[in-house]
Amino acid sequence: MVDEGLKSELQTEGIYLTTWDQLVNWGRRNSIWPLQFGLACCAIEMIATAASRYDIARFGSEIFRASPRQADLMIVAGTVTKKMAPQVVRLYNQMAEPKYVISMGACATSGGPFHTGYNVLKGIDRYIPVDVYIPGCPPTPQALLEGLMQLQQRIKGQSFGQAMDKKQGEYPIPEFGTAGLEPRYTPGVFQPPTAS
Amino acid sequence: MLPTLEELKAALQELLPGVSLTMEGGSFLVEAKDVTAVCRCLKETERFGMDYVANLTAVDYPPERIEVVYHLCSMHHKHGPIALKVKLPRATPVVASVTPIWRGAEFQEREVYDLFGVTFEGHPDLRRILMWEGFEGHPMRKDYVVEDQDAPHHS
Repeated sequence: MVDEGLKSELQTEGIYLTTWDQLVNWGRRNSIWPLQFGLACCAIEMIATAASRYDIARFGSEIFRASPRQADLMIVAGTVTKKMAPQVVRLYNQMAEPKYVISMGACATSGGPFHTGYNVLKGIDRYIPVDVYIPGCPPTPQALLEGLMQLQQRIKGQSFGQAMDKKQGEYPIPEFGTAGLEPRYTPGVFQPPTAS
Repeated sequence: MLPTLEELKAALQELLPGVSLTMEGGSFLVEAKDVTAVCRCLKETERFGMDYVANLTAVDYPPERIEVVYHLCSMHHKHGPIALKVKLPRATPVVASVTPIWRGAEFQEREVYDLFGVTFEGHPDLRRILMWEGFEGHPMRKDYVVEDQDAPHHS
């Protein structure tokens, strides 16, 4: 690493030093393209975040892509029903590496008010790895922006090589069973809380 | 204007001799065998003109009965709703479909079939609508046991 004192001294001479990681991560974290899909009322807040008042473009994430092939970030915005969960996992599998997931709101995180229901998945983290959880029902646009900034910090802390080497890969797509999804969670991703 | 419930009951019984109607709260209790006759009469008699099923659902009253509830409105006369109820045995809930009368009842009857297990005779396409094929049981019944999503294996 370059000595900070030397760096600022060189800057006065018009010479700027950086590292490959800093440069690339600056670009990566300021152009996170989210996948354009919403599942419930959280999606309305997500839309508000993208609109002019909160303006997610200030963070470089205004380009919501309609294709998973062009998206870096999956914002799981809303209740994931058991019927929808296989499609969410399939979309995640189709996203390009490196890819990130934000679980937006109580439902996507834990099933929320529907967690005792017959039709709702108790958290998308049962099938795919989640980077940032945002609490709220629904979270405000400010909370979503905070979550995005947390993700940016996370990307900043990774070296580019690390990020490219770490492949999330594909996760098994659950199937419809007689009472719910099979399996109920992917063991390598999630372990249920143990009763204490 | 829709006549009062008492007048409606008297008018229906005049039009349909042999059909027994009872009042229960603000609704009519109809016997399962009379559903088609009563619904057709309500739709086709000019002064009722019930051309729209606003709602068709069911209520589970364990241990012995399920009630199917119909809310009927008239778009033509701009009146309604009136409520009809049918009591069915919980073990074998079967009632005539009203889809041949009101096409709009098709999906609502499928939903009641899916979630409560009521069979509608004469329905053109009676299969699950919300849950997937291969799902077992009827989750809106009060004795339905929800799976434990934290249990690793299906028992």
